Amino acid sequence: MRVGVLYSRIRQDEKLLLEALRERGHDVEKIDVRDQRFDLTETTAPVEELDIVVDRCLSTSRSLYATRFLETYGVPVVNAPETADICADKAKNSLALAAADVPTPETEVAFTTDAAMEAIESFGYPCVLKPVVGSWGRLMAKIDSKSAAEAILEHKATLGHYEHKVFYVQEFVDKPGRDIRVLAADGEPIAAMTRTADHWLTNAAKGGETAAFDLDETATALVERASAAVGGGLLGVDLMEVGGTDSGAYTVHEVNHTVEFKALTQATDVDVPARIVDWLEATVTAPDDTDQTDIDADEVSA
Amino acid sequence: MTSETDPVLAEDPITGEEIELPADVEVGEIIDSPVTGTELEVISLDPVTLEEAPELEEDWGE
Repeated sequence: MRVGVLYSRIRQDEKLLLEALRERGHDVEKIDVRDQRFDLTETTAPVEELDIVVDRCLSTSRSLYATRFLETYGVPVVNAPETADICADKAKNSLALAAADVPTPETEVAFTTDAAMEAIESFGYPCVLKPVVGSWGRLMAKIDSKSAAEAILEHKATLGHYEHKVFYVQEFVDKPGRDIRVLAADGEPIAAMTRTADHWLTNAAKGGETAAFDLDETATALVERASAAVGGGLLGVDLMEVGGTDSGAYTVHEVNHTVEFKALTQATDVDVPARIVDWLEATVTAPDDTDQTDIDADEVSA
Repeated sequence: MTSETDPVLAEDPITGEEIELPADVEVGEIIDSPVTGTELEVISLDPVTLEEAPELEEDWGE
């Protein structure tokens, strides 16, 4: 197949994917999104002959617009712009998960520092304040006291960008020193790992230690439902264990749409890039008029 | 004559020193300069040229 890889920076993740695609004999068209222009009917990007385009944009804004334009032109793109739109925004992410009855942390959004303060006080301390757009644990605040809340809100209000005035306040989930990252293709888990740290942020990007994790039936079902809630695709589903590691209870705090998988490749014995290529092949060959989610899940698990 | 496993040589755009890149280096890949530790982006392969990589932006991530 002819695969376009939309990027602005080749991380280890993209390099692994490019290698896997080439090893499988696929034609790869690297498309640096920074060099392209998109008008209302066509683009300078060489996408006309491609069977599928994989969005690997590091920049969320570029990811959102580029995938929307490509979809408008009728170019098959994964993940879909609808999925990107939900996953790129923590508020939309939370709403989608809640609407699908996927357990997710209690969340409130407020638009002024006064209203945000009321939300924080209603949660009590500690609670969490996050930017609605952002990744890798950046600008996340665990708020331990009213005085800390006042200072953080004042700082956020002066940061400048309007998104920092969308105050996303969340309950603090007392997880057992780790969370769980699952890479899933249309809801079917490819690989899973824990990310452990003494710090309350356990992201691999923040230095959390990673280890392979065996998903139980509950977690597997939650991953499938969380994926469906945001429209499916190749996703990073993040879960926290509620009530300890043996509780068997989880909450899904986030679904990521341009998921990094380098750490999963290192932490597990799964050939993650090869499994992603399996999924891309299945996606390209899947008939248009059938239920894509069911077909892809079956083929990935085969 | 070079082979596919030979390291690739390029000029560090900040110091002007010659540095070694992996043989399988890709356009768009980010390399840590062994001289200064600065992130460098591979701009082209023929010839190999490097530029200082863009700074992290707020919407970067996954």
